[in-house]
Amino acid sequence: MGAAHSASEEVRELMGKTGFSSDQIEQLHRRFKQLSGDQPTIRKENFNNVPDLELNPIRSKIIRAFFDNRNLRKGPSGLADEINFEDFLTIMAYFQPIDTTMDEDQVQLCRREKLRFLFHMYDSDSDGRITLEEYRNVVEELLSGNPHIEKESARTIADGAMMEAASVCVGQMEPDQVYEGITFDDFLKEFAGISQSLKRWVGFRRPGAQSLDSVLNTLWRRSQTGPNCPSQRNQCKGKWRFPFLA
Amino acid sequence: MSRRGAPGPYLGLLLALLVALGELPQVRCSEQEPGGAHGSNQGFQVVTFKWDHVQDPFIIALWILVASLAKIGFHLSHKVTNVVPESALLIVLGLVLGGIVWAANHTASFTLTPTVFFFYLLPPIVLDAGYFMPNRLFFGNLGTILLYAVIGTVWNAATTGLSLYGVFLSGLMGDLDIGLLDFLLFGSLIAAVDPVAVLAVFEEVHVNEVLFIIVFGESLLNDAVTVVLYNVFESFVTLGGDKVTGVDCVKGIVSFFVVSLGGTLVGVMFAFLLSLVTRFTKHVRIIEPGFVFVISYLSYLTSEMLSLSAILAITFCGICCQKYVKANISEQSSTTVRYTMKMLASGAETIIFMFLGISAVNPCIWRWNTAFVLLTLVFISVYRAIGVVLQTWVLNRYRMVQLEAIDQVVMSYGGLRGAVAFALVVLLDEKKVKEKNLFVSTTIIVIYFTVIFQGLTIKPLVQWLKVKRSEHRDPKLNEKLHGRAFDHILSAIEDISGQIGHNYLRDKWSNFDRKFLSKILMRRSAQKSRDRILNVFHELNLKDAISYVAEGERRGSLAFIRSPSTDNVVNVDFNTPRPSTVEASVSYLLRESASAVCLDMQSLEQRRRSIRDSEDMVTHHTLQQYLYKPRQEYKHLYSRHELTPEDDEKQDKEIFHRTMRKRLESFKSAKLGFNQNKKAAKLYKRERAQKRRNSSIPNGKLPMDSPSHNFTIQEKDLELSDPEEAPDYGAEEMSGGIEFLANVTRNETTDSPSGIDNPVFSPDEDPSILSRVPPWLSPGETVVPSQRARVQIPHSPGNFHRLAPFRLSSKSVDSLQLAEGPKEQPHSSPPESTHM
Repeated sequence: MGAAHSASEEVRELMGKTGFSSDQIEQLHRRFKQLSGDQPTIRKENFNNVPDLELNPIRSKIIRAFFDNRNLRKGPSGLADEINFEDFLTIMAYFQPIDTTMDEDQVQLCRREKLRFLFHMYDSDSDGRITLEEYRNVVEELLSGNPHIEKESARTIADGAMMEAASVCVGQMEPDQVYEGITFDDFLKEFAGISQSLKRWVGFRRPGAQSLDSVLNTLWRRSQTGPNCPSQRNQCKGKWRFPFLA
Repeated sequence: MSRRGAPGPYLGLLLALLVALGELPQVRCSEQEPGGAHGSNQGFQVVTFKWDHVQDPFIIALWILVASLAKIGFHLSHKVTNVVPESALLIVLGLVLGGIVWAANHTASFTLTPTVFFFYLLPPIVLDAGYFMPNRLFFGNLGTILLYAVIGTVWNAATTGLSLYGVFLSGLMGDLDIGLLDFLLFGSLIAAVDPVAVLAVFEEVHVNEVLFIIVFGESLLNDAVTVVLYNVFESFVTLGGDKVTGVDCVKGIVSFFVVSLGGTLVGVMFAFLLSLVTRFTKHVRIIEPGFVFVISYLSYLTSEMLSLSAILAITFCGICCQKYVKANISEQSSTTVRYTMKMLASGAETIIFMFLGISAVNPCIWRWNTAFVLLTLVFISVYRAIGVVLQTWVLNRYRMVQLEAIDQVVMSYGGLRGAVAFALVVLLDEKKVKEKNLFVSTTIIVIYFTVIFQGLTIKPLVQWLKVKRSEHRDPKLNEKLHGRAFDHILSAIEDISGQIGHNYLRDKWSNFDRKFLSKILMRRSAQKSRDRILNVFHELNLKDAISYVAEGERRGSLAFIRSPSTDNVVNVDFNTPRPSTVEASVSYLLRESASAVCLDMQSLEQRRRSIRDSEDMVTHHTLQQYLYKPRQEYKHLYSRHELTPEDDEKQDKEIFHRTMRKRLESFKSAKLGFNQNKKAAKLYKRERAQKRRNSSIPNGKLPMDSPSHNFTIQEKDLELSDPEEAPDYGAEEMSGGIEFLANVTRNETTDSPSGIDNPVFSPDEDPSILSRVPPWLSPGETVVPSQRARVQIPHSPGNFHRLAPFRLSSKSVDSLQLAEGPKEQPHSSPPESTHM
């Protein structure tokens, strides 16, 4: 792909597909090659070489998400064995900021995509539902960073969270009705309520911006590989930003 | 308007007090001489009046009392406090009081001295700010805050000083004995935004967190700059303008770094020490809170001693220790620390503002120069605004979330000056700074202007500009979980894309913290329970419990739990095919960690219901019954070192919770028809067998009382229960358990019949009572509380009997179902004789 890369035709195609700028694509490509050891594709094992990732408690879930066909838009379920650079970019594109020039519909769409990524990460069996079991798994992994929390606590917490989700999403239930799991719609619903305080974690909000947008905007923009939305591009010259400037 | 009159009497009282206070010393002094002379002649005196002996502490205490009473007075009228910030009111009050004292004896004996301010009044406020600092917010915006604090303050000081000097040269101010350096000195002390004033005003305004943290953080961190600038210029003034060399300027800059970094370092070191100390205070719980204050204060004094920035030291001490200290000290100590800190801080703040008012009433310090005063006001406002705009412009190129124009307006306008400036200006040496009095009076005017005028107008301004206000929401579990997931995903993406960003640093830090710091600084037990998510879980459960009890009080009984359908019913099938379920739930009961406080009734209920195997439940029951150590008597001895027998309470609470759960279950099963009934019955038999075993011993030592004093429902009556009476009262007795739970408490002495009718409304009702008494024990599913519990609470059916006829409600289906209980129930009465 190195040769193809110089031919800007392909880069332009990728730009169109993923929305990255050519600088970013180039930079990501360097990183891709570094990860894959100059191979055209990346396999799961390659991610083990990222030393900082080792400490991440939900490492396996995140890596898995990179190979998830749903995220790669290749199929309704299943895992890919390896991904090429284009797939890599597709995944990375989930973490792009919401462009300020987008209209409301696009923003909604963009937001849905991002939430879908998170949803897919939770929903490991691809049945469109986060079941209790799956949720417990996630919570266990989330809490696994703390060696003093037993799995039991994690499970109790997941149960509590599930109850909460059920009460948010369904409301009144018949006694014999059973909440089977969080669907994507429920997930969205749940997030509509949460967004306000997510902002609080992020620490600040953009005055005037609408509820969830700014949250995700900020959240995902943090992780972007560089400045890429046009309005920001001239503002952020360097790749590295002063860490405490939020 | 009629409410405005409310503070009147208080004010009158205060004034009287004050006049008396002013007069007292003089009166006393004139009487002292003859009194003393007579005393020596008369020999021993039964009563002596020794004002001099107590004068100083007495006056201090009186002032604090006056200030606190004034605060009560202000808050009598919401109209006033809504519009006028408290700080402004206090200053005015101070002015009035000072005027009265002065009118009374023409002395201005009370001023805010720098020593008192810096050693006693400021530290609590700053410690409070640091200890309750929202760390994530603070460090997330640290860059912005630092820029404003350092560059902004230098800019303000330089421009204000230089501009004033420029105007002075033009001759507008008339003839003053001031040099350039004096102006710069003045500029440096007037430049700093004051943390006390900012806190006082912004806390009432409720702007959004980012804005608040930026302004407030700036006011805290600019202390180092202020101290350095002040010291540098003061020494320059002392040296004389012509002797200042370039080397001195460089030294000044170096000293800035030494002072600020040194102060921070001292703070961090003491925070480390404090966290370490609190790790080992398990056996001296009672003095735990003391450590927090003493060590923090030592950090302040130490850095003051080393002439470093004391404010930075104590701020960072608070910021760094909060996590570990809060984890290490007990719940009670933590509450104590919280309240004491708030009390000290708010008290100190009150006194500061009042004394700012009083200090102004002193004709000696006033030297008026219209041009100087007005120009200072104009310059500090204008340059503050310009500085904010310039810096924000720079910052916005790097910040991801921009600071908008509205924010900038509020930031410029929120640049309040306060007591720090005043204390610094009073510190000036009149021999070196010739126009000290002019500076002092100008500073006072500036403070009054910013605190009173800007403080008054900032609220309407914020409303008018529609600045985003802060909002309060309840924590949610899903929220925390998703937030945590977000954090991890983002840092993972950063790792994968090979970038170092904000998340990267935070990630590294939290790893370091978890691996090393927490291990050193936290107790083992604390390490376990201090996960954020667990905290939210805990909090939610606690809230559930509280609202549950509150709801019970509201409805007059806890009977509402019988009809769960009124609330939001959600069903989640917790019965997953995990093979480990049985094992898990056993261990779940054995542990005493987070899930033990799980009071989410619904979830518990569901959880229990879903466990199909009744054997399983039996296991639970058995475990529950033997979970507790035998109960001993409460110790009623006074002890300086013990506050409350903690475990006992915990145990009681848990018994309470468990019983409640049981109760719920029985209701549920009653509602859900035959199947469950069977199961319950089966269970019940086992229970009964168990209970019989357990209760055989207490039964033996029953004090048999005569059944004569039946219906006088008294404390005593409740205690001396008589099993013989039991069969007299019919079937509905058992359902009374819940309703009269409050009455079973023995420290309650209501014996009027009305108290029985609706006991939950009895006067000294509070959750602690509820939780201390494991109350209703339904016969069907009685948890036999440990022996201790039995000593405490007359819980047996026999007790219930007397009350039964008074009870009215709840003749529901389940009560009939439960009614079979008493006949089969062995009457296990508590061995009351033990300690009553």
